[in-house]
Amino acid sequence: MSERILHLQHVKVSFDTIDGTVEAVKGVDLHVKSGETVAIVGESGSGKSQLMMAAMGLLASNGSATGVVDYRGTNLLAIPKSELNDIRGAKITMIFQEPMTSLDPLYTIGAQLIEPIRKHQKLGEGEARARAIEMLRLVRIPEPERRMRSYPHEMSGGQRQRVMIAMALANNPDLLIADEPTTALDVTIQAEILELMASLQQRLGMGMVFITHDLNIVKRIAHRVYVMRRGEVVEEGETADLFANPKHPYTKALLEAEPTGRKLPVAPNARKMIDATDVRVTFRLGGGFMSDPPLELRAVDRVSMTLREGQTIGIVGESGSGKSTFARAVLRLLPSEGAITFENRSIQGLTREQMRPLRRELQIVLQDPFGSLSPRMTAGQIVTEGLLVHEPSISRAERDRRAAQALEEVQLDPALRNRYPHEFSGGQRQRIAIARAIILKPKVVVLDEPTSALDRQVQKQIVDLLRDLQQVHRLSYLFISHDLAVVRAMADHIMVMKDGRMVEQGTPDEVMEHPREDYTRRLMAAAFAE
Amino acid sequence: MTDVSLTPAAQGRSLWADAWNRLKANKAAMVSLWYLLFMAVICIVGPWFTPHDFTTIYQDYTRVPPSLTAYPQPEAIDRAVKDTVKRSRLDLVGWQERDGKVFITLTSTKPIDGRVTRYIDRSDVFEGAQVSETSADGKTLTISADVQKKYFFFGTDSNGRDLLTRTLTAGRVSLAIGLLAGLVAVFIGVLYGAIAGFAGGRTDEIMMRIVDILYSLPFIFFVIMLVVFFGRNFVLMFLAVGAVLWLDMARIVRGQALSLKRQEYVQAAEALGVSPGGILLRHVVPNLLGPVVIYMTLLVPQVIILESFLSFLGLGVQEPMSSWGVLISQGAKNIPSATWLLIFPSFFLTTTLFALNFIGDGLRDALDPKDR
Repeated sequence: MSERILHLQHVKVSFDTIDGTVEAVKGVDLHVKSGETVAIVGESGSGKSQLMMAAMGLLASNGSATGVVDYRGTNLLAIPKSELNDIRGAKITMIFQEPMTSLDPLYTIGAQLIEPIRKHQKLGEGEARARAIEMLRLVRIPEPERRMRSYPHEMSGGQRQRVMIAMALANNPDLLIADEPTTALDVTIQAEILELMASLQQRLGMGMVFITHDLNIVKRIAHRVYVMRRGEVVEEGETADLFANPKHPYTKALLEAEPTGRKLPVAPNARKMIDATDVRVTFRLGGGFMSDPPLELRAVDRVSMTLREGQTIGIVGESGSGKSTFARAVLRLLPSEGAITFENRSIQGLTREQMRPLRRELQIVLQDPFGSLSPRMTAGQIVTEGLLVHEPSISRAERDRRAAQALEEVQLDPALRNRYPHEFSGGQRQRIAIARAIILKPKVVVLDEPTSALDRQVQKQIVDLLRDLQQVHRLSYLFISHDLAVVRAMADHIMVMKDGRMVEQGTPDEVMEHPREDYTRRLMAAAFAE
Repeated sequence: MTDVSLTPAAQGRSLWADAWNRLKANKAAMVSLWYLLFMAVICIVGPWFTPHDFTTIYQDYTRVPPSLTAYPQPEAIDRAVKDTVKRSRLDLVGWQERDGKVFITLTSTKPIDGRVTRYIDRSDVFEGAQVSETSADGKTLTISADVQKKYFFFGTDSNGRDLLTRTLTAGRVSLAIGLLAGLVAVFIGVLYGAIAGFAGGRTDEIMMRIVDILYSLPFIFFVIMLVVFFGRNFVLMFLAVGAVLWLDMARIVRGQALSLKRQEYVQAAEALGVSPGGILLRHVVPNLLGPVVIYMTLLVPQVIILESFLSFLGLGVQEPMSSWGVLISQGAKNIPSATWLLIFPSFFLTTTLFALNFIGDGLRDALDPKDR
């Protein structure tokens, strides 16, 4: 029986805002034993991150925490900052979600690793360097001696996250708090990092708190799970028990949130909507006044595709594989080479003006529901912007009516149409973005990772909504995602892309059950590992 | 589904409303805002209520110190009486003051003509002089005259003009230049910068190189050149100041536009087929107004200072019009003898600038709450 290293007793976190005090965490009890991985699961806004931030004394200036955070007999909430600094960074360490911004771009990896080692372990320069190299080797960074001199921008996202882990482990902590450490990474890299963390945790015998919204990860890594909702723990238990036998309805809903069902393929002689042949997109980097000739980067290399009426083509691949670039090129939002036809009419040579009438038929829904809506326009204005372009003659009242109708169609209360985007949740914003696309009654909609910024449950609702809309309006979708579970539920044809090329295509069953390419196999293994 | 339009739509809370609420919570900014408002009102309305015109010269009251009591003071009346009597070539017997009137008794070897009252009236101090008493032989005369009570709360300048009125009138000029030249700079800068940033590519290169060239012109030479060619006038001030300050604005706005252009909502608008002009007006400009408003509140004090500087050099506003810069320049020359000439205009200028800076700071916090 191992000892409890961290014990949170009735911790409450509240924030002072202009609208009064907001309670983010409403009294949570939680403990971590040494050598144990505890997962805290919940949707965004459930308070799971703020709880651990409060325990570490890292709340924003308008936040305050009450209760007891007991670390080996010391209440972390009661001790002064100087004592807290001796504990955090040495005994309790943290890894954050964004490996891009957690490292200082001005210092080398080595300098950033050595500094905390020297501070907490009182080692000399040479010893600290040796320790840092040892840590890089531990997190399996190739050529650690050379990498010590690298700057963060010279490393990939996965490598940066490894460096973050190395930094967190360098001082032999008792407890590692990982706040969504793999969310920003590609699925294949996500799997590697998770495997690394699990093995390190076993080897070093420390406690680990893993904050995530992804139940797949929990199943793979955690011993015990706390499910949080609206600032409260609704259920806790051993991972196996909880998955086999969930008690709270919310946990059940979370477990069932995996998108299910399959899409039936369309008839092989269905009308061709888009036919793209040998599409190439080349980016020029640099160049210009008084500089070297530009560097050419082939982002999409001879990709062909035929999209038929009512069909959904799923495009999967890691970030940087060119899947979004390809879809934008097909919509003529990016200059490209190769033949593109829409309803048997070539659109490759059309000018911007000539494209404009076709824009209403070809719509796009973007990934980030926070970035894709202009923050200074109301939901109604956002939804009807396309009508201003394509039907400039209709009256304001008619536009308002159409906006209400479109919002109704995406199952959003039309009474909210005068609200601004920041007053909506992520799922609601994505519904607005969808309403903006369908108000024009398009024939083809490109869905560029429409669900990947959303929580699982919301994701499922959006998938259902998209499927319903496809049925009603006979839409053709080009569905881009790195999430194979969603793609399997949505698409009747899958294209796998890597480094700008299409490496494999076929029906979901062909591609997923019998992947031919090694790359596809790796994607599958990462997404559906049990 | 036609009845959905009947649903009353709940009113949303825009980012501007949020920012306004945050600004209202900022005490320093609110006090500054009220102070600025108060300053604007007294500068605009004040000169109509002060007892003097800003051009009136009182030769008898040059460089009188500020005082809450009325001028002339008794010894000044004495001096004024003696002066006027000397001018009339009569002998003074004596004078006394009763109920706001002076009674001057004059004597002469010959009978005195009653028209001698004109000499008395000619002084700034007295008015409505009339003969109240004549001796039997006509050689002694008593003249009564009203004493003009004048208040100079801020004192007068070396020409004998009321400083209170002049400071307030100068405030009108300074604030107007600050606001108008500020607006001119913002207007040109926002349009120019937004177009350059949004168009990008070669257009951007050329437009920004023009800005670089204008930057390299020394400002003072530029203004002197303008003054040499077009003479001194008020409109020129706006042009000169506005033409230089929009450069900063254009650079800031261009940077913002460059980053806004890559936002997903701009891409989404492009996908909807919105024209470049529509994107610029509906998406780019509204979203960069935050930094623009902040910069504007910091630009206005800059303009006021620039104008003061030019006026200080003698290139700005011309007499009898005045601005705070002109007044301060005159005050600086008179430090040894009349400190109030410097103190009052400087107080008005500095407090106004202080308030503007506080408001700018408050706006920055209100519009960009992340950075606090």
